[in-house]
Amino acid sequence: MLSQLPALQVVIPLIAAPLCVVLRNKEIACLVSQVVSILSFLISLILLQQVLQEGIISYALGGWLAPVGIEYRLDILNSFILVIISGISSIVTLYSKKSVNFEIESEKIYLFYTGYLLMFSGLLGMTITGDAFNVFVFIEISSLSSYAMIAMGKDRRAVSAAFTYLVMGTVGATFFLIGVGLMYSMTGTLNMADLAERLPKVYDTKAILVSFAFISIGILLKLALFPLHLWLPNAYTYAPSVVSAFLSATATKVAIYILIRFGYSVFGSDFVFSKYPTAEILASLSIIAIVVCSIVAIFQTNIKRLLAFSSLAQVGYIVLGISFNNINGLTAAIVHIFNHALSKGALFLAMGCVAIVIGSVKIKDINGLGKKMPFTAFAIVISGLSLIGVPLTAGFISKWYLVLGAIDKGWWPLAIILLLTSLLALVYVWRVVEVMYFRSDPNSPEVKEAPLSMVIPLYILVAMTIYFGIETSFSAGLANEAAEYILGISE
Amino acid sequence: MINFIPPGIILIIAGFLLLIVPKQLFRIIAFVAPIITIFIVLQIPDGVSLKGNFLDYSIEIIEGDKLSRLFGLIFSIMALGGTIFSINNIKNKELGFAFIYAGSAIGVTFSGDLISMFVFWEIMAIGSTMVIWNGLELTSHKAGLRYALVHFLGGVILMIGIIGNINQTGSSNFTAVSLDSWAQWLMLIGILINAGAWPISSWIGDAYPEASAGGMVFLSAFTTKTAVFVLIKTFPGTEILVYIGLIMIFYGIIYALLENDMRRILAYSIVNQVGFMVTGIGIGTEMAINGAASHAFAHIIYKALLLMSAGSVLYMTGKRKCTDLGGLYRTMPITTICGIIGALAISSFPLTSGFISKSMISQSAADLHLTYVWFLLTAASAGVFLHAGIKFPWFVFFQKDSGLRPKDPPFNMKISMIIFSAICILIGIFPSVLYSLLPFEVDYVPYTFGHVIAYLQLLLFAGLAFFILLPQMKRTLTISLDTDWLFRVVSLRIINFFSKELKILSDGIKGGTPEQISSFIDHLIKYHGPSGILAKTLPTGRTIFWVIVIFVLFLILTFLS
Repeated sequence: MLSQLPALQVVIPLIAAPLCVVLRNKEIACLVSQVVSILSFLISLILLQQVLQEGIISYALGGWLAPVGIEYRLDILNSFILVIISGISSIVTLYSKKSVNFEIESEKIYLFYTGYLLMFSGLLGMTITGDAFNVFVFIEISSLSSYAMIAMGKDRRAVSAAFTYLVMGTVGATFFLIGVGLMYSMTGTLNMADLAERLPKVYDTKAILVSFAFISIGILLKLALFPLHLWLPNAYTYAPSVVSAFLSATATKVAIYILIRFGYSVFGSDFVFSKYPTAEILASLSIIAIVVCSIVAIFQTNIKRLLAFSSLAQVGYIVLGISFNNINGLTAAIVHIFNHALSKGALFLAMGCVAIVIGSVKIKDINGLGKKMPFTAFAIVISGLSLIGVPLTAGFISKWYLVLGAIDKGWWPLAIILLLTSLLALVYVWRVVEVMYFRSDPNSPEVKEAPLSMVIPLYILVAMTIYFGIETSFSAGLANEAAEYILGISE
Repeated sequence: MINFIPPGIILIIAGFLLLIVPKQLFRIIAFVAPIITIFIVLQIPDGVSLKGNFLDYSIEIIEGDKLSRLFGLIFSIMALGGTIFSINNIKNKELGFAFIYAGSAIGVTFSGDLISMFVFWEIMAIGSTMVIWNGLELTSHKAGLRYALVHFLGGVILMIGIIGNINQTGSSNFTAVSLDSWAQWLMLIGILINAGAWPISSWIGDAYPEASAGGMVFLSAFTTKTAVFVLIKTFPGTEILVYIGLIMIFYGIIYALLENDMRRILAYSIVNQVGFMVTGIGIGTEMAINGAASHAFAHIIYKALLLMSAGSVLYMTGKRKCTDLGGLYRTMPITTICGIIGALAISSFPLTSGFISKSMISQSAADLHLTYVWFLLTAASAGVFLHAGIKFPWFVFFQKDSGLRPKDPPFNMKISMIIFSAICILIGIFPSVLYSLLPFEVDYVPYTFGHVIAYLQLLLFAGLAFFILLPQMKRTLTISLDTDWLFRVVSLRIINFFSKELKILSDGIKGGTPEQISSFIDHLIKYHGPSGILAKTLPTGRTIFWVIVIFVLFLILTFLS
């Protein structure tokens, strides 16, 4: 049983999805997705435990051994990412019931959860698999279901947002597939570990170079690095709150994981960083992303959209960490995947609370929120502090490693620019906080907090934001080990 | 057992409690927490008494020595005094944040390593920002944001400096470092920003007066003096500090003389007084460090006293401009007397606390034969008397009769002023009490005949000059000075050299003239605003275009290399 866990990690949500369609009951669908998420979370914790004790787990799907069959390969990096995805999913599903009831038409709710479970399994699959083509399959599973879920948003613009995302997502996935195809034609294998062995022999061929370009662009589109980010803001803004929270915490993060996996493990950092100016390209794009998207966020009037642009800036921080090509930079990237999932997840969940009580997430409509919804407002403040990177919040840890990475790389002036941009985060967080606490709303002074079933999951994330800002052996410790491991095997 | 409680934490926890507890508990906590803190601060032994772990570093959350106990003591006395003064006129939230602010300042003084120091440092920035935000006026919000931006900027620079320093030296010890490389320079700059050092001094005059009467009493004490403490620990004897300190001294005097708002006068005088301390740290001998530390101690008391008296006037009259005030001595005798005592102390009048502390700094300059430094410090002492010693009490309490007849403020405000006046005088009469708390052995006798006479003469002539120049000293409403006019014009001239864009940007950051800000913001909105090109998201074609551009660029770059 225990040896089948890698398969179960993906298969359980994948099977639960059609189950929801068959049962056609929104209550049960919600329950199923909650149970499945928590089960997955437990499985991922066990797998992480096993990896920490015994090293890499290789699981041959259907008994077909790699490189012919599909291999699920767990190392410390992707088992950590699995924990993040399934942990966030557990919290989001526990939170989801009231929010989904409010935002989605009643007869579509079971379909919503079906889509959710498919997306969940797609993301898990992308993370766990050790097969390049299999990654593409799971990208498609998760993307297709996320298009559908975004389109379920209350706002009519959700449909066009989903359509844009669909086109862009498909382009990205196609680029990725072309890249994988080229690699296959040169090496004759699709297994990542195998590819890593065979690629060095054909490093100098044009085909591999082009395949690297295709794969990078495809992934950068999926992770929404500026200027390939245009699909994301609308998708996050108009999607249902639950979907925004889950996507922002996990979807781009899994794409970032794929970038690390292909950049460092499959192609190898020698190929990626020594031969070509990849570091410079990624770093300059990320800096532009951080600055431009933070400034855009400052001027947004819709808070979900503000958060979406803030996410784009945070993606910039993560990719910057990856581009440093050293332990501290990579640690910063991995730990920020975790920390940002906590704080941005919390912020989007808080927006769900605001939406259900106030009915709008525009800045002009949340006057005096600090009095009306004290718990939600306070959660926004704490998570906002984490976005800025204030000490004792999780965001500070990421900032710390990122600066270390920049210094190790010899780019310390960059560290200054980088941290100056956290002042931009201060400004956009301040805009929200000012409206919540320092402007009173004459119309409705009475306290009306969101339901407890939403506030409690929200506060689990907020508590973790603080906890992992102080006790970092789980987050930064694992991220550091993962970074060492990833850099170790690519040497 | 009690040694293991970080003394700052008590005030921080109390601060959070104050934010939420009901009225009855509020007063109990507000008075008990500072008293407990004073008690604990005095108990902290030398050496490390609490360790922890953060990331890969072991951190020392409590490490005591004479210097940290001195600053911890004055900070906690200040928290108590500020509470007594403001308990009747401060918002619950404001006092709560003031406690968090004070607690983190105390946390800095007992930090044994740079990391825990930095953590408390940042909490301090948040706490003080919240105090300003809870101020009286609508303008407080914007001033608060500017304040926050300056301090987070300082924090960011300090953080990179600390990380670089740890990386280079392999140690996160909170001890003296030498200015070897960029990392130490960044640390110095980060700390100096919090000290209000020139050229980033204008935030003090800009933000502090926007706080409420009680809020400003708190604000005056902690941020700059914590920076002084950190400078004493990390950069004693760094020569550049002498010059920075001297610039601060004269910056404070000039701006205070030009100013009309009574609390802004006192805010600029903070820059001036911190300048004396920074100069002392730059000189760096044992006596100079003693002087800087004792001057910080004395300054906190008398500056708080001055702000309490100004705060009482503001509380009773609602007015803050010198031109609107005057003649209040008739009806506010206690406030007037206490204000004068504070003014005498800041002017280092013999028998007040300022005399026994500042003269140590001058003396140490004389001992090292730093003639110019000594001369400038002496000249500045006369300047202090002009701007704070005479100008503040004269225009507020005497001068013309403004027609206002306010009473002395409520009981608690009077008591706090009387206590702080008493401390000013007691320290002045019995300097050995303060001297015994200083980090180094004191071998200095302040009250020699020649010294006292020389000082009295200096002050006498400064006073004479004030009344002769009175017509020039009078500020009228028509002048209505822009606080950092000089600074801005000079820097604009320089920036003009570069480009218009840069000029607009720098104005935006420094809070320049409204048209320039708005044109800068229009510019930003044009591209970044909700309908700006950088915020547009719908067109699919554009993304595809970018995909292709990046792809081709990528290929070209990789093929070329």
